[in-house]
Amino acid sequence: MSGVAVPHEGGVPHNDDGVPDPGEMTGIPRTAAPPPPRPPLAHALRDAGIAALVALGLFIPLVGLRTDVGPSGGGLFIRTRWTDVAIIVGLVFAGRLALNLWESLRPERRAPTARRTALLGRIGLLVAPVLLGFAIALPFLPGTSRYVLDLGILVLTYVMLGWGLNIVVGLAGLLDLGYVAFYAVGAYSYALLSTTVGLSFWICLPLAGLLAAFWGVLLGFPVLRLRGDYLAIVTLAFGEIIRVVLINWVSLTGGPNGISGIPRPSFFGLSFSAGGGPGSFSDFFGLEPSPTHRVVFLYYLILALALLTNWVTLRLRRQPLGRAWEALREDEIACRALGINVTNTKLTAFAIGAMFGGFAGAFFATRQAFVSPESFTFIESAIILAIVVLGGLGSQLGVALAALIMIGGFEAFRDLEEWRMLAFGAAMVVIMVWRPRGMVSTRTPSISLGKRKSISGDLVGEGHG
Amino acid sequence: MSTPILPTPILEVRDLVMRFGGLTAVDRVSFEAARGEITAVIGPNGAGKTTVFNLITGFYTPSAGEILLHGRDGQRPLHATPGHRIAQAGVARTFQNIRLFPGMTVLENLLVAQHNRLQAATGFGIAAVLGLGGYRAAEREAVERAKHWLEATRLLDRADDAAGSLPYGAQRRLEIARAMCTDPVLLCLDEPAAGLNPRESEELAELIRLIRTGGCSILLIEHDMGVVMNISDHIVVLDHGKKIADGIPAAIRADEKVIAAYLGTGDDDEAPSPAVEGAA
Amino acid sequence: MAYALQQLINGVALGMIYGLIAVGYTMVYGIIGMINFAHGDIFMVGAFISLISFVLISSGGWAAGPGAILLVLLVSMAVTALYGWSVERVAYRPLRGSFRLAPLISAIGMSIVLQNYVQVAQGARVKPMESIVTGGVELWHGNGFAVSISTMQAMIVIVTLVVLAVFTWLVTRTPLGRAMRACEQDRKMAGLLGIDTDRTISITFVIGAALAAVAGTMYLLRYGVIDFYIGFLAGVKAFTAAVLGGIGSLPGAVLGGLLIGLIETFWSAYFSVQYKDVATFAILVITLIFMPTGLLGRAEVEKV
Repeated sequence: MSGVAVPHEGGVPHNDDGVPDPGEMTGIPRTAAPPPPRPPLAHALRDAGIAALVALGLFIPLVGLRTDVGPSGGGLFIRTRWTDVAIIVGLVFAGRLALNLWESLRPERRAPTARRTALLGRIGLLVAPVLLGFAIALPFLPGTSRYVLDLGILVLTYVMLGWGLNIVVGLAGLLDLGYVAFYAVGAYSYALLSTTVGLSFWICLPLAGLLAAFWGVLLGFPVLRLRGDYLAIVTLAFGEIIRVVLINWVSLTGGPNGISGIPRPSFFGLSFSAGGGPGSFSDFFGLEPSPTHRVVFLYYLILALALLTNWVTLRLRRQPLGRAWEALREDEIACRALGINVTNTKLTAFAIGAMFGGFAGAFFATRQAFVSPESFTFIESAIILAIVVLGGLGSQLGVALAALIMIGGFEAFRDLEEWRMLAFGAAMVVIMVWRPRGMVSTRTPSISLGKRKSISGDLVGEGHG
Repeated sequence: MSTPILPTPILEVRDLVMRFGGLTAVDRVSFEAARGEITAVIGPNGAGKTTVFNLITGFYTPSAGEILLHGRDGQRPLHATPGHRIAQAGVARTFQNIRLFPGMTVLENLLVAQHNRLQAATGFGIAAVLGLGGYRAAEREAVERAKHWLEATRLLDRADDAAGSLPYGAQRRLEIARAMCTDPVLLCLDEPAAGLNPRESEELAELIRLIRTGGCSILLIEHDMGVVMNISDHIVVLDHGKKIADGIPAAIRADEKVIAAYLGTGDDDEAPSPAVEGAA
Repeated sequence: MAYALQQLINGVALGMIYGLIAVGYTMVYGIIGMINFAHGDIFMVGAFISLISFVLISSGGWAAGPGAILLVLLVSMAVTALYGWSVERVAYRPLRGSFRLAPLISAIGMSIVLQNYVQVAQGARVKPMESIVTGGVELWHGNGFAVSISTMQAMIVIVTLVVLAVFTWLVTRTPLGRAMRACEQDRKMAGLLGIDTDRTISITFVIGAALAAVAGTMYLLRYGVIDFYIGFLAGVKAFTAAVLGGIGSLPGAVLGGLLIGLIETFWSAYFSVQYKDVATFAILVITLIFMPTGLLGRAEVEKV
């Protein structure tokens, strides 16, 4: 993203200078190449045939020849599954053919008109309040079961993690592949502080956030001058280091067995014990003791924590610090020339992002009452990052939607068992191919003189780190 | 022609040397930029102009030599000051290939430029997040300053547009406005007229004069001789990393060595470049 | 001394495998500037294809001699290359020229897809295979400790060197290699000069996958057990190797692979097996802090 002037859609040049802008002169389109010429049926058939042949080559060995350990426990033997291969290849052929025909038959893709954009913008304004209202009302809606609440807690945890990581990746443009490390630090901080020192959740929560932020600064300081993918791999390495240490430092962390018996949070000193004895929540409010109370309480707790994350992020975006983060994402060198201390600015983004990860971790520990290293694998980092990118970098609403779709969708297909992770990965690929900039790709300015206009994602930088 | 004698120059460059591996890009260059004046650094391609600029603004660390800024808080050795502190000391710059924040609005670009002043008003960010303290007043003031420079650069009506969506000439002006929002004592412009048409160049010269009138000294690298001769008070000519001339525009225009350097009739075998006028 | 020498041999053999995978990462990074996160899983697919081929051959009554190994290697390279090509075609090509994080996420998605696809297709259980290449040579006997190089280790080193030699010839001496390097320098310009950049990128993925298949076969022969999850750690280590050597640099990838193999082996031998991954990553972090572009990476000159 150098200073190439890109004509803004519908923008009238302010001073109609005769100088063509360099981006136009090179004639190189910024996004994808123009669509290929529309193939006739014969071409579509041939193309689908090739796809089917490729599929045949791909699936004969891995699907058609299934290796199994022999019944006697000896060597492997092979079971053939030619029908499955035939079905898959047929599906590939049909799918490719349908795609080709659709490409050739559908009307020319129209650029979104200003009116349509404005309409979408207005609908977009409604989505956030509706989602928020739904989230607040959920526990009292008829038909909300314990399962739905648990799912809601899970989704909200990822919303919070996504919002936390969004500060680092979406605003400051630093690619962090080890965010789960701070989640782990938060979870283990609460687990250890509560089980060994006996501190309550409400004291541990800020401590967990501070510890995670501290680790963020500690890890961030040496590596933040690295650029791009070097930063990515180092953060990934940190995530793995923390996990391996958690597994192997048995005397402190319990190793692979983790820490169990982590105390549950109380409601202003009122416990949620199932028996409903004196000093319990149900006793104080004169309610029938019910395990649902705790779930509802946890639900509102994570909702509040997530909303806190959102509120702080939105406030910070309108502050010099938040603007400096975004400026850093756009152009680091220009930031330096303007007197911004680049290292400190990156560190604050890292630390604040880590802090929210730590809060979420403490919540996770108290909700599960159990932590183990298994919950903090790289795939968690990948999922959180995917939520941020799929939602749209920097967009709070996008991140929430992506978390809802990816995590909610993942849970909705729990009957599919091992297939659902396959579908999850495929969904990541499909969404990226469909919308590379994420679901909400426009940026809202943090301040304006007149009417606030959203900025097309094509102009927004993606950071260097 | 000697440099005009003034009490203290805004910038003193003494015996500056920059080597990249075996290549000496800047070779014992010394010059001064007088306070309240427009000083231009010119020279053929590859003369080391941009390197000198990057040394002054802290993007490179010199191999040898001194750069002294006589700014608001006394003398400051820029060669030993980290990049972001140079800007804080009052040196602002623009870039040859414009470096805006394209995804942020024009107004936001100008507020980022006032980061340090605003950040100081936020009370470590906490007061600002909570909406306390004098931050609101500070921000109002910052917006006013931004509006002032938007007016000066005729960009006020584009304040809420993304910087990346502006036409090329407007992006050049915005970059200057952004640099001015840091409230500098010395503004360094790296080829501000590159890619502008004659009318825009004329407007640019007007803007630069306006900035000088406001009390800010200017250091300028420029290829457009029309602009340079028109607005400079003082010109430094570099060729192959060395200073070959230094003086007022009329003197430079008549200098044998300068003409030789531009026409390539010197002792080097560089292909002759186009005539001095209109080299862009 | 003898013990250390033995570790050196073990480390080099392991490092060769990492190096082979790292070349795939570094090539793809060099040409399209993306981390091909699915590459570790391509390696895993290669190991599975080899396993299936070996089982097929032995159930067909063929003796598992050098000919069989060569045949399996070729089959695995061919099929894995097809996987590499398909992954690029489906998940990366539509995102060409798009913004940087999109292909990365797509790659992570593809990695999840490949892992779970193999799990669904071949089962989650660990697949054991009896060792085919046995025996070895005792090199030296000192202080009551025998230093030996197994036939397997010798084979890994020889096969890797041969494959890398062929590969180096391919990228330095052929028109294809020239096209690849041109795309690496400036893809738009290469396109304007008539190089079919899409095809060149596809070939890069094919070659990278074929090399990963060689690594997968060697891994299978050396360790004798594989499962659908081996790609992740091997991939991360190989990527670490590529970064350590200086991403984009082919000799750097092999050097990085060797270093990671040696670090891991020596750390396990002298300190603790549990923390060997921590040692690897810690050395990566330290190297990058002091040499921000890796060992053989070109120093990035900051253009202002």
